[in-house]
Amino acid sequence: MNAGPAGIGVVFSNVTKQYGKMTAVDGVSLDIRAGEFLTLLGPSGSGKTTLLMMLAGFQDISMGDILVGGASIAATPPEKRNFGMVFQGYALFPHMTVRKNIAYPLEIRHRPRAEIDARVDEMLEMVQLKGLADRHPHQLSGGQQQRVALARALSFSPRVLLLDEPLGALDRKLRAEVQDQLKDIHNRVGTTFIYVTHDQEEALTMSDRIVIMNRGRVVQVGSPIELYEKPRTVFAANFLGKSNFIRHEGRIFALRPEKIQVFAAGKGQGQNRLCGTVRSITYMGATLKLMVEVENHPTIEVHVPAWHSAEAFSESQAVELCWSNDAQVEVEGGDGDEAGARSA
Amino acid sequence: MTARSSRFNPYWLLVAPAVLLVLALYVAPIVNVLLLSVTDPKPGFDNYAKIFQSDTVAGLLWRTVRLCLITTVAAVTLGYIVSYAMLHALSHVRRRMMSILLISFWISVLVRSFAWLMLLGHNGLVNDALLGLGLISEPLPLMRNELGVLIGMTEYMVPYAILPLLANMQGIDPRVSSASRSLGASHAQTFFRVFLPLTRPGIIAASLLVFISSLGFYVTPAILGGGKVQMIAEYISVQLLVTVRWGVAAMLATLMIASVLALMYVLNRFMKLSVVFGGATR
Ligand SMILES: Nc1ncnc2c1ncn2[C@@H]1O[C@H](COP(=O)(O)OP(=O)(O)OP(=O)(O)O)[C@@H](O)[C@H]1O
Ligand SMILES: [Mg+2]
Repeated sequence: MNAGPAGIGVVFSNVTKQYGKMTAVDGVSLDIRAGEFLTLLGPSGSGKTTLLMMLAGFQDISMGDILVGGASIAATPPEKRNFGMVFQGYALFPHMTVRKNIAYPLEIRHRPRAEIDARVDEMLEMVQLKGLADRHPHQLSGGQQQRVALARALSFSPRVLLLDEPLGALDRKLRAEVQDQLKDIHNRVGTTFIYVTHDQEEALTMSDRIVIMNRGRVVQVGSPIELYEKPRTVFAANFLGKSNFIRHEGRIFALRPEKIQVFAAGKGQGQNRLCGTVRSITYMGATLKLMVEVENHPTIEVHVPAWHSAEAFSESQAVELCWSNDAQVEVEGGDGDEAGARSA
Repeated sequence: MTARSSRFNPYWLLVAPAVLLVLALYVAPIVNVLLLSVTDPKPGFDNYAKIFQSDTVAGLLWRTVRLCLITTVAAVTLGYIVSYAMLHALSHVRRRMMSILLISFWISVLVRSFAWLMLLGHNGLVNDALLGLGLISEPLPLMRNELGVLIGMTEYMVPYAILPLLANMQGIDPRVSSASRSLGASHAQTFFRVFLPLTRPGIIAASLLVFISSLGFYVTPAILGGGKVQMIAEYISVQLLVTVRWGVAAMLATLMIASVLALMYVLNRFMKLSVVFGGATR
């Protein structure tokens, strides 16, 4: 299939957005590479949509600049920016058929009829909606509407595609399916994807890189592995996956629940050990979640493989928690978000 | 409908007084009008034949329809502009606009027509201002003619056009317009290709509503037309009170009721009536 022009890089340079006195985006600098799948991840109100809207041209930039392919786009109106955009809720044109929706950006650009028809067919095939071309949006399921929105946003071969929580309205199973399709389409078209979500699992499985945001600021940028294995702050460790925080001599270490081994009291071995009592056991299918109470320390969460170990633990059992030095990562605290991160 | 509906429902007894009242005070006189139109002065359809035979009646009907159509186009166009502005206004501005709109419903048509009289007369504010500015050398004939009637009717009908239009526009997802812009369409292209088609139900509803309501205009043509621009309602009253030709009056009244009912039927096909009158969308 015709890949169209490849993606293009986007640079945010110290971008700030203020609504009156309230700062929604606070000095964000980001270097988005051509063709990458970049995810903006953060709790509600962290400024993800605002950042995307400034890039799309629907919000003014209060301070800073956005460069696309090296040139500032601050003064370019949205229709001249040539970004595809998939809105939350899809925003399909209700009075047009699927075919008309997908053809719209091409008709606006006065492409020849034959080219439009061919391109629409190609897009319909890509999102597997060939049979539904003559339906109206309200005759489609949520997942189908989502795919129409995607096809419409990609039909004019934009070099950047912006997606604002495009899967938010889909149920879990469908979401996983569409995630795979999205990833597949990204690989095929080579467009730069900028994807907004507050679903950490989605961010982990789809992205080349993730930007963790909080309160309008960038907390950390990196590949999923980097962010999961080497979070730099308490917030990052807590927002992407779960984490325990071990305080030791004024330092804080993040420790993932699945990197802890559990032994019967007195039988422990490893570089770090803590004795405790099992407070609760939750069976989660693949894993068993143990909440272990340790003296002078917040309760520690441990995940162990459930297979064959479901009977090995009981409540109020005395255990010893052990982990190696490389299982823990030192993080910065102090942004006051230790407690809030999990609930977001 | 289930089988149960065929049985007598005792709750009908509770609404019976209201139903009887409506029948006695509303339906009975209308039926009476209907009967009059085919019995006075003698039984038959002579009164209805006048539509085609009498130049006066035909001219009257044509003038009424023409003025109502022009009023409809003007009021819906102006109403569309105001609704569009209200939709995009800041919320506190929109609230203020809404209350002005509601207040305008409470000002009687008589008062408004006299106000226009002050503005549009030979020595009215408009002509004085234009003369004073040197833009015209003698007063424009702004009233005692169809123009005056149209101005008065349009001004009265604009709020009626705004309500269904605004209800319709508020039901449109604003992201749809943003989506259009992001796909490369300018402001104007977005308006004509996306927004305007989506407001079609609102335009149809507003047009029918304005047209139906303006058919019955009586005070405005009488005052601003200065007796020279008779519309159907004024003519009916003259037939009743002056020339005492009740049959013709009844025929015209019947014609009007029938047209209104037919238009209401069409209106209801396009949009639930509750929506037209500002209820929830869809
Ligand atoms: N038009 C606006 N006027 C004033 N404040 C706004 C406006 N839009 C957004 N905000 C504020 O800016 C902050 C960031 O909002 P934004 O929509 O970017 O968050 P988000 O990360 O997209 O959240 P969510 O995940 O809930 O969509 C929020 O505190 C929000 O209340
Ligand atoms: Mg958002």
